[in-house]
Amino acid sequence: MMVMLVTYDVSTASAAGKRRLRMIAKICLDYGQRVQNSVFELDLDHAKWVECRARLLEAMEPEEDSLRFYRLGNQWRERVEHIGTKPSTDLSGGTLLA
Amino acid sequence: MKRHLNTLFVTTEGSYLAKDGAAVQVRFEKKTLLRVPLHNLDGIVCFGRVGFSSQLAAACAEAGVSISLMSPHGRFRAAVVGFSPGNVLLRRQQYRAADDAEATARIARNCITGKIANCRSVLLRAARDVREEDRAGRLKLAAKQLAPILRRVAKADDADTVRGYEGESASKYFASFGDLTSVNAFQMNNRSRRPPLDPINALLSFLYAMLAHDARSACEACGLDAAVGFLHRDRPGRPGCALDLMEEFRPVLADRLAFSLINRKQVSSKGFEVTSSGAVRMDDKTRKTVLTAYQTRKQDTIEHPFLGEKTTMGLLIHLQARLLARHLRGDLDEYPAFIWK
Repeated sequence: MMVMLVTYDVSTASAAGKRRLRMIAKICLDYGQRVQNSVFELDLDHAKWVECRARLLEAMEPEEDSLRFYRLGNQWRERVEHIGTKPSTDLSGGTLLA
Repeated sequence: MKRHLNTLFVTTEGSYLAKDGAAVQVRFEKKTLLRVPLHNLDGIVCFGRVGFSSQLAAACAEAGVSISLMSPHGRFRAAVVGFSPGNVLLRRQQYRAADDAEATARIARNCITGKIANCRSVLLRAARDVREEDRAGRLKLAAKQLAPILRRVAKADDADTVRGYEGESASKYFASFGDLTSVNAFQMNNRSRRPPLDPINALLSFLYAMLAHDARSACEACGLDAAVGFLHRDRPGRPGCALDLMEEFRPVLADRLAFSLINRKQVSSKGFEVTSSGAVRMDDKTRKTVLTAYQTRKQDTIEHPFLGEKTTMGLLIHLQARLLARHLRGDLDEYPAFIWK
């Protein structure tokens, strides 16, 4: 398992662009959690990541949008500091209470 | 190897679980409390009045995530699980072994050997940590009394004899519970259940229920029939095999955790209430503390004494289920119980 950070810029000039934006956000949400508006943290194994990446590349338009993937790896806790509102949930922590 | 994934505990009464894409969403009064992708979970445990959609049930079954429904106090009520994974050949072997007195006795004997050995370790370790000399002495004495039973169990050749020794060791072990804590409010007179009559019994019953849930998932995950046990005879609705598997973990995972929560003052007697029937229950805050501590404990790493592999406490029970399956298939001569050092 590893944590990936996915960020994107999707051109919303056209209706098709707005559709792509929604699509891409939806795909990210299938694999991880939204930490900021167009920033997602995905806690997944390699197979899931390959699947997610393929779906994202399918949904985007390389001429107009950009995607950035950051590999945070296993030691991601040491690499991430959060300040301010909307703290994220540690999905691999072992306890989730609601 | 299966990874020790998260379990989602839903303790907010009146919340509703829905499927959202490939994730589960916990809703309460039209607000989303939490959203977790299914691939990050291996189980969802709902306490009390918690609803979920049939779409979620289907998606969970497909993804191998079990949904367990418990009473607000941790009694198991029902579960939603998909098709049994494993294979029918293993289950047939399991039924044959359960019908065979000799095979049953061997498995039961090993489970109980593990349990008594682990009870001894719990007592001895507590004796080392205790400052008062007389208390430490009594704990050491109790541990000493378990040793001859351990030797006799190893020679027992039918399951009923094993059950007898188990009862004998349990009464000796529970009798020394008073010395495991110095907090007066948590003194224990007798092991009582259905209902638990004092805070420590309530705490233990709750932890045992959580452990039973994990043991059951472990059985299902490796293809064993959780209902057909060796030490525990068949009874409708009772997960005999899960309970067998659980024996060796009770002292290590549940009892020790209960006492460290008490001794570290993470739970106090104020967190328990007595109902009109005399049953003792814990309040929501205490239950959350206990659940968090239990889940954290499962993250601790440990080296498996038989396999020599580094693993987590939470995965240990899965490994044991797999070892039991290997024994039933005939790949291992004996079922090697987990013995905690």
